[in-house]
Amino acid sequence: MMSGSMTDGTEMKTAASPSDCAIELRGIVKRFPGVVANDGINLKINRGEIHCLLGENGAGKTTLMRILYGLYQPDAGEILLTGVPTKIRSPKDALVHRIGMVHQHFRLVPTLTAAENIILGLDEGTGPFLNIRKVRAKINKIANAYGLAVDPQAKIWQLSVGQQQRVEIIKALYRDADILIMDEPTSVLTPQEVDQLFSTLRTLVDDGLTIIFITHKLDEVMEVSDRVTVLRKGKVVGTQLTSETDKPSLAKLMVGREVVFRVEKTPVHRGDKLLEVTELHALNDRGLPALRGMSFDLYEGEILGVAGVSGNGQKELAEVLTGLRHATRGRVMLAGKNVTNHSARKIAAAGVAHVPTERITMGTVPNMSIRENLVLKSYRYPPVSHGMFIDYRYAKQMAQQAMKEYQIIAPSDETAVKLLSGGNIQRLVLARELSGDPRLIVAAHPTYGLDVGATEQIRQILLQQRDRGAGILLISEDLEEVMTLSDRIMVMFQGGVMGIVDGAAAKIEEIGLMMAGEKQGVSASAQSTNAKVA
Amino acid sequence: MGWESWLISTFARALAYGTPLLLGTLGEIYAERSGVLNLGIEGMMIMGAYAAFVVTSKTGQPWLGVIVAAAVGGVFSLIHAFASITLKANQVVSGLALTMLGLGLAGVLGRSWVGLPLFTPLTRATVPGLSAIPIIGPGFFTRQCLLAYIAMLLVPIMWYILFHTRIGVTIRAVGEDPATADSLGVNVARVRYLCVVVGGIFAGIAGAYLSIYYRPAWTAGMTGGIGWIVIALTIFAFWNPVYGLVGSYFFAALYFLAYRMQMWVAPSILKAMPYVFAILILIFVSRGTLQKRMGAPAALTLPYTRGEE
Amino acid sequence: MLKVLTPKWLKIERRPVPSGGVIFLVSIIAIVAALLVAAIFFAAYGVSPISAYRSIIGGALGNWSGISETLRRMIPLLLCGIGLTIAFRALFWNIGADGQLLLGAVAATGVALFSGLPGPLLLPAMFFAGFSAGALWGVIPAVLKVKLGINDVITTLMMNYIALYVVLWLIHGPWRGPSMRGYAYTDMFPPAARIPVIGQSHVHWPTLVLGIVLAVIMYIFLNRTRGGFEIRVVGENPHAARFSGISELKTIAIVMVLSGGLAGLAGVGEVAGVHYQLLDPTQISMGYGYTAIIVAWLARKNPLAVIITSFFFGVLMAGGDVIKVNLGLPFQLIHVFNGLIMFFLIGSELFMNYKISIRRQ
Repeated sequence: MMSGSMTDGTEMKTAASPSDCAIELRGIVKRFPGVVANDGINLKINRGEIHCLLGENGAGKTTLMRILYGLYQPDAGEILLTGVPTKIRSPKDALVHRIGMVHQHFRLVPTLTAAENIILGLDEGTGPFLNIRKVRAKINKIANAYGLAVDPQAKIWQLSVGQQQRVEIIKALYRDADILIMDEPTSVLTPQEVDQLFSTLRTLVDDGLTIIFITHKLDEVMEVSDRVTVLRKGKVVGTQLTSETDKPSLAKLMVGREVVFRVEKTPVHRGDKLLEVTELHALNDRGLPALRGMSFDLYEGEILGVAGVSGNGQKELAEVLTGLRHATRGRVMLAGKNVTNHSARKIAAAGVAHVPTERITMGTVPNMSIRENLVLKSYRYPPVSHGMFIDYRYAKQMAQQAMKEYQIIAPSDETAVKLLSGGNIQRLVLARELSGDPRLIVAAHPTYGLDVGATEQIRQILLQQRDRGAGILLISEDLEEVMTLSDRIMVMFQGGVMGIVDGAAAKIEEIGLMMAGEKQGVSASAQSTNAKVA
Repeated sequence: MGWESWLISTFARALAYGTPLLLGTLGEIYAERSGVLNLGIEGMMIMGAYAAFVVTSKTGQPWLGVIVAAAVGGVFSLIHAFASITLKANQVVSGLALTMLGLGLAGVLGRSWVGLPLFTPLTRATVPGLSAIPIIGPGFFTRQCLLAYIAMLLVPIMWYILFHTRIGVTIRAVGEDPATADSLGVNVARVRYLCVVVGGIFAGIAGAYLSIYYRPAWTAGMTGGIGWIVIALTIFAFWNPVYGLVGSYFFAALYFLAYRMQMWVAPSILKAMPYVFAILILIFVSRGTLQKRMGAPAALTLPYTRGEE
Repeated sequence: MLKVLTPKWLKIERRPVPSGGVIFLVSIIAIVAALLVAAIFFAAYGVSPISAYRSIIGGALGNWSGISETLRRMIPLLLCGIGLTIAFRALFWNIGADGQLLLGAVAATGVALFSGLPGPLLLPAMFFAGFSAGALWGVIPAVLKVKLGINDVITTLMMNYIALYVVLWLIHGPWRGPSMRGYAYTDMFPPAARIPVIGQSHVHWPTLVLGIVLAVIMYIFLNRTRGGFEIRVVGENPHAARFSGISELKTIAIVMVLSGGLAGLAGVGEVAGVHYQLLDPTQISMGYGYTAIIVAWLARKNPLAVIITSFFFGVLMAGGDVIKVNLGLPFQLIHVFNGLIMFFLIGSELFMNYKISIRRQ
């Protein structure tokens, strides 16, 4: 729909003179203990373009942009802004040079209002006093110009994720940013919100702004960018005009080999009904309704994917099912037994495994050893413990075996978990949760933040579990993942089920609309479910 | 007639005893809003009390005593600021250490001052106009220490600064989400230092009020746990200066009313009452806090290091 | 701020896991530094710091009477300190060991004077009652914290004051000893309610032995048992504890039963091993509960190490008495000491967790 105008724009920019180079990075090196995050990166960003930085998780995109934004100092290399070597020592410096950044995890203070967040840290020449009316007027002006509607008086925690992102963009524009760094901005949006964001970005570029857009999604690169630079393992592997490349060649650059977009999946062998959720209600941490009458079934041997914009009750659903959150109403039946509001301990003992979203803050004890983390749930039963004592020798054997089986790479089983990489931690969580062959696996964002290798491996493990006969509830914000792995897809919106569709037949547009709250084809899928139940 | 004079005397005593609580609470609210829990109030208060007493005794100038006490409180609080902000030490332990150090230091330094009389305590004043209001006037605005009025006046000022100025936005942001504040160019450490020192200054003044007005004499340990009650009141106040005022006076009134029961209850039991009240008050407000989740600044007690969120 | 204070040629890196040697070395340096700063006070009082420290060490360890004073101080510090290591492991801020100790003393006194139990049962019953009373005093803030989210520092502290006034009320009122001529003490305990001591000293050795045995038991409990595992998980990561189905209420309650109970045992020791009566709370406790916080912190929350650190603070306390008597210095100097040591200790943790080196150009 926008390809025509895009091509024109690209051609114009290709012809631009070298002085139009807004940013040049030369030989940027950044090391962290044990990793070289950026390894001699050279990059030129032209004024007035949307430049995508494409790469897998861990390729060094965010690190590079944090250097540009002054959050990190490079160990070597220099930054040139319109040809002038510049030191950016802090975000404040970056703002002086009119660089703004919208972080992947928003940098907004939840208890402050949108307006307060926007003016935080600014000195507008009014001393300590605030002319809140003037601030609001300026916010509204920006909002109207770029289609960023938001209530300046609302507290951040009252806003939806999409609205929060708009506050972030306004925050940068309010500071007269003319270079805008967007770090994975679409991961929390519905497809419709993504379209809206893209049109905002285009308006901004038309007004002369330069946008650096970090992503690992190829579709977005093709849709929004003028040029694209691919990073792999901290190095630039290529910069191309978007109009002169295509998805497969970008994917090859990104991963370093041909990518299989489809996971090999055996046909589903649905078993008995494993989980029956009826009219489930629960509150969120703030005491507001998060689940409002959810009902669905899950069968043995199938993966039920849960799609939805984050914050629509997915986290609460996982917590209620695993006994971590109290259901205010409704019923959860596990293999015919009522387990509603049983304790986490009882539910785990009944064969429910939980791979939590917060794998570090919740799924592990970072200061304790791999060994102790592996027995975090089994420590209370034989053979790990006898009477009141834990058999650490047995635990050691168990840990070493699990480390081998799940390829957890560490010097020893006594290594503290906080020293492990993300992939190793997730494999550790899986090793623990899947030991003892659970019947139900509640997996929330199991591959979030992992590299391609680890992601593939973890998806394989989940599929093996499914083939073994376990029922899997797969919650993910990665729509591609949900569509790839799921046998059926359930879309959640505002704590309810918008619809359940067949995984193989699902269309992304349809799911997108449901994620935005529009009922689609519910009756059909509900019927098919009912038919199977009957 | 009886109930009127009863009410008036209750108000008057509530204001008199509530003032050091209010001063301490105002300061602690600022420190905690910026993300630093300071359990050293008791230590800073006793240092202020000592300094005010000595300066006033030597110079005969009680207001000079107040100023020096404020300075001493502020400087003393820097120890906690340095430990908890710069060295990122555990705030609970550091605050306790500050209290120990303060109580010890004031005891050592003040040994030769014990039992000496003070000839020039802070004087009382009556507010013209306001004192004519029935009951409220004689209760709150008649023959009280000038510091009590100043403390009262500080409440709206501190409230306005916290909720309606740039400074306040910055302080609250630093206490809720220092990484975000940092990413916008706010100097997190500086804001926190400033707020801790404000807390120290207020605690110092509260100490001066005790030693050169409330009980114009010096004894080691004369703060008698007021610093701890301040910590409880800060929670009760939901980190809001206006509720801080309500809490301080309410608490002081309860304390006074308990004393009125001396005819029936043993004095030791009455002396334990403030601490029982403090716990009861916390139980009372906890129901609201748990549900609404309003309250404690999210980054309270958490040291901040860039890039380690 | 660290950046502001750090010259360019210094490099500060996070140390992943500090080794035992580093911890020990840094702790020793911190104590030495604190003692050096404290030397300024001696100098200010016109006492040579060297002779002051010599008389502290000499007074506390130089002869039997000094050693016995040191051991006498060590006993309550040991018992309270072990309890606090457990509480701190669970990240429960028990600042209330002093109150728990007093309540233990009260319960022991009640049993000793008013139970009418036969002689041989008296002492065991007193220890049991003291443990229970301390545990009860400790469990209240535990429940308030887990159930209502009320700050543990404040409640435990407030309960110290309440305990103090409970003791004062008892000795001025209902329990004032008829044979004490109007003084605010209870009557003396019967001989069967007194813990045996070594010679003429105040070293009630059975309590000391009990403390050392309990240190070993608690070390094993924390590191080898299911209960200890749960306590450590709750303390390290309460979210993970909830996730793995560990009951926070149960765990914290157990922690505070142990922590308060051990402090209660210390109270039993003081009244049944030293004073043989209930008397003014400042004489019973002398701030043991507060000093024990430093004892536990210095021991890095390890019950076995408390045996050493409580001995060290026993030396300091006994030495404090010596400088008070011999050099005429105010006894509050010991609080200054404690405060300084605590500051240097927590300040030193930066050096444990971060590696500071000289940056090569």
